[in-house]
Amino acid sequence: MKKKNISAYRIVSTVILIILAFLFLFPLYWIVTGAFKTGQDINSVTPVFIPTELTLNNFAKLFAKRSAPLFRIFGAAGPNAPAAIRWLINTVFMSVMAMILTCATASMAGYALAKKRFNGRVFMFSLIICAMALPKQVILIPLLKEMSALKLYDTLWAVIFPTVGWPFGVFLMKQFSEGIPGEILEATRIDGASELKTFTTVVVPMIKPGIGALAIFTFINSWNDYFMQLIMLASGEFFTIPLGIATLQAETSIDLGLLMAGAALASVPIIIVFLIFQKYFTQGITMGAVKG
Amino acid sequence: MSRALQRRENIAGYLFMLPSLIFFAGFVIIPMVICILTSLTDANMHDKSVLGSFIGLKNFVELWQDATFLEALRNTFLIVIVSVPAVCAFSLWVGSAIYKMHSAALSAFRCIFYLPVVTGSVAVTVVWKWMYNNYYGIFNYVLKGVGVIDKNINWLGDSKTALWCIILILFTTSVGQPIVLYVSALGNVDQTLIEAAEVDGATDMQAFWRVKWPQMMPTTLYILVITTINSFQCFALIQLLTSGGSGTNTVMYYIYYTAFKLTEQSGHFGYANAMGVILAIFIGALSALQFKLAEEK
Repeated sequence: MKKKNISAYRIVSTVILIILAFLFLFPLYWIVTGAFKTGQDINSVTPVFIPTELTLNNFAKLFAKRSAPLFRIFGAAGPNAPAAIRWLINTVFMSVMAMILTCATASMAGYALAKKRFNGRVFMFSLIICAMALPKQVILIPLLKEMSALKLYDTLWAVIFPTVGWPFGVFLMKQFSEGIPGEILEATRIDGASELKTFTTVVVPMIKPGIGALAIFTFINSWNDYFMQLIMLASGEFFTIPLGIATLQAETSIDLGLLMAGAALASVPIIIVFLIFQKYFTQGITMGAVKG
Repeated sequence: MSRALQRRENIAGYLFMLPSLIFFAGFVIIPMVICILTSLTDANMHDKSVLGSFIGLKNFVELWQDATFLEALRNTFLIVIVSVPAVCAFSLWVGSAIYKMHSAALSAFRCIFYLPVVTGSVAVTVVWKWMYNNYYGIFNYVLKGVGVIDKNINWLGDSKTALWCIILILFTTSVGQPIVLYVSALGNVDQTLIEAAEVDGATDMQAFWRVKWPQMMPTTLYILVITTINSFQCFALIQLLTSGGSGTNTVMYYIYYTAFKLTEQSGHFGYANAMGVILAIFIGALSALQFKLAEEK
């Protein structure tokens, strides 16, 4: 039985919500339409809400702006291409690597913390919780020194490794692993399966939703971690797309069309990824908070 | 547990932890230790040695006499004090307004409020910079149109408005996660308690504040902590919009500025890390305080 209780408050709040939703969507709308607007529309003192004419000029300018080798593998450079394309490739590589490494290491560690009664487990877990409460950005400057000592400065690995080390993933996977029934693990062990086999054949399938949540979470966060990219990457060739666009902004704050094309290139792919995997994402956020 | 079994658990436990521990120790713990150690030294970018030479608490003493730092600290606190309660109240309201909706509407709203986070700080600042623009910006156009202002305002260039403009952007990029959390917390509230309250004649408002609110305390606490940490670390918006000008300097930006920008103190890592330590202490203390307050309730 549903209660039909449409009070005045409900109507007013829904209207306000819809207005707010439009306001929240507006910047994104402005980026995407701006990217296809002509110079005249963009620089008009009266904002042009619906573009009078669509153009690909802004993207053409963005791609013509700079060039870089399409890829570099063990020092061997690929053919020349627009730098923005290279930045996009860099960003995808960085986010995918961070995602794979985080999921692999965190699911193992999370399982151990939840199910293995090894000595020092409580200490390890407390350390992880404390580290999570600390501001991540504060360690970036010492991290820079460390990266240059390791000769990793100005490579994508300098961004990837600290992302993998951040303990949130371990915490999240521990939360998911708590739900694995001990009897199943016990039974597998009595059947004579090795620890590694137990992990891959029994544990991993059971924590799959958790791995999915962590994967999408890491991918999006690493794509958008502008501060880390700013500190660790120096030469245009290894820029990520957010960093590249930020640099363009510093160079040409007047060409708004070009900047919107860049902003669209930096944000639309990641928004699409988010929309596809939304369900996992929401699950991950909530799981990370319970008992937190 | 028998000794052999315990040994087996130890070995398996550590082996499973190992890959993660290498990254955690190498890229979180070690930099943290370096941060704390160098805050007591005169380490700088040009030195070969990582640690520099020991100067005791000199960096910290200097910081308290550094007018720029104190201004940055004041701005940082202003951002935290304004944005944390605003984010919390707003997301609580949105959460309670949407959590009973049809699932399609619910996920649409949840998604829309999350989008500014996913869009990423660079794309977000690039477009907001345009919207705040003195000549072509939509803010001046709309506000002039409805008669709130009579001439164009240089939003980001005026120290009276710049910080508030940044707080507004920070707000839109901060409410996404709290809304998701509140929606799920409201969905988990024990329904029988609410029905009992309704039978006893409680109004919707009473049922909300007396029954649901206490049950959501852990969620609220978590939201307070993550929003506080986020607001303290506000950096990209400042760097890309004002470069710390127009009275918008924050501690995080000043750390970056001290470590990397060409100034007299250029590359002064020790000094920058001392600020990092102070920031970490403030965040830690505030989180602890919030925990304590929530416990007392």
